[in-house]
Amino acid sequence: MTPRLNFLGLLPALILLCGIAAAEEGSALLPPIPPPAKGDECVEPTDVMRRDHMRFLQHQRDDTVHGGIRGAKHSLVGCIDCHAQTDAHGVAIAVNAKGQFCESCHSFAGVRMDCFGCHTAVPAPDQAGMTLLEWTTSPVLAVTKPASPRTD
Amino acid sequence: MADGSNALADKSRRRFLTRTGAAVALGLAAGVRFIDFPSARAESGPVSSSQRWGMLIDSSKCASDCSACVQACSDEHGISGHGRPQTDAQWIRKVTLRDKESGRETSLPLMCQHCEDPPCVDVCPTGASFRRADGVVLVDKHICIGCRYCMLACPYKARSFIHEDLADQKPWSPRGKGTVESCTLCVHRIDEGKGRIPACAEACEREGHGAIQFGDLNDPASSVAQALVQRESQELRADLRLNTGVRYQNL
Repeated sequence: MTPRLNFLGLLPALILLCGIAAAEEGSALLPPIPPPAKGDECVEPTDVMRRDHMRFLQHQRDDTVHGGIRGAKHSLVGCIDCHAQTDAHGVAIAVNAKGQFCESCHSFAGVRMDCFGCHTAVPAPDQAGMTLLEWTTSPVLAVTKPASPRTD
Repeated sequence: MADGSNALADKSRRRFLTRTGAAVALGLAAGVRFIDFPSARAESGPVSSSQRWGMLIDSSKCASDCSACVQACSDEHGISGHGRPQTDAQWIRKVTLRDKESGRETSLPLMCQHCEDPPCVDVCPTGASFRRADGVVLVDKHICIGCRYCMLACPYKARSFIHEDLADQKPWSPRGKGTVESCTLCVHRIDEGKGRIPACAEACEREGHGAIQFGDLNDPASSVAQALVQRESQELRADLRLNTGVRYQNL
């Protein structure tokens, strides 16, 4: 009886040790650190955003689509404007491209995003410092394709 | 006695009504508005039924060889075809009517007519197809399941279904595979509250035709409302009694 209990008590520690070993080998055990965003702070504290960003987005989308309320703070366009990175040539990178803000965390959590089937994943032209004409003819459009094709 | 006092009351009531009527008529003639309609909504508040957005299309001004409105719509919303005209998305199209007797041809742009009683909203099983309080008929693509029942119900053939994966959408006009879409009256421009008109109307004006007038049908001071008062206009398929927000003249 006693030896078996001892073994069971050791089990969590053993699992933890295996986990740490796996993390050191570079597997995705720890959440990724997203690339830095523009500005000083987000519209909500980081822990609140991590937990509830999808609820904020869903609430505001209904206000916008049905009530015509634009420019409120929990906007998907707002997320993209701050969190989209630019490459060495100053061209915006899609937030759902591999390793970028949205994709890095979602692939770690194993949660599929449905936003970018319809919504663009790069900032609006004025945010990128371009005119509409420049934007429509720029290579920005080349990087807006999803990181991986949907299989469902 | 009783009859006499009734007659007296009737007489004074009649005088009151006559005078009030005259005052109202004078007020109207002088251009006085008894209710002041807001011309632009504050950007933060929800839309209300005090406004009803609509269009007046004068087909006598619409050039048969011009499709600037169609092109402007495609540019504004990022609509591009796949060389398959039967299924490619189309929010606005040019239609030519031909009188069989005389052979007279009339050209006009046709898009979602933004009905007050839209059949597409009646049949939608999920509530995705809806009419905004200010009269704009839209699809909430978040809840559209792509059944396409609304496309069958629409008498104007105004809706399209997206069959392919899309990329390069405009930030102000999200579009995606598996959902139905149609003219939004450029609702992103309306919601700015800065008096911007839909892309098609803007292009028509730029081309010098000015066949498409846009405005608030509930605002008696708007150019659309005044034009509707001055000259006869028609709804397409008026027999369906849908009370469309898009009206035509000189069909």
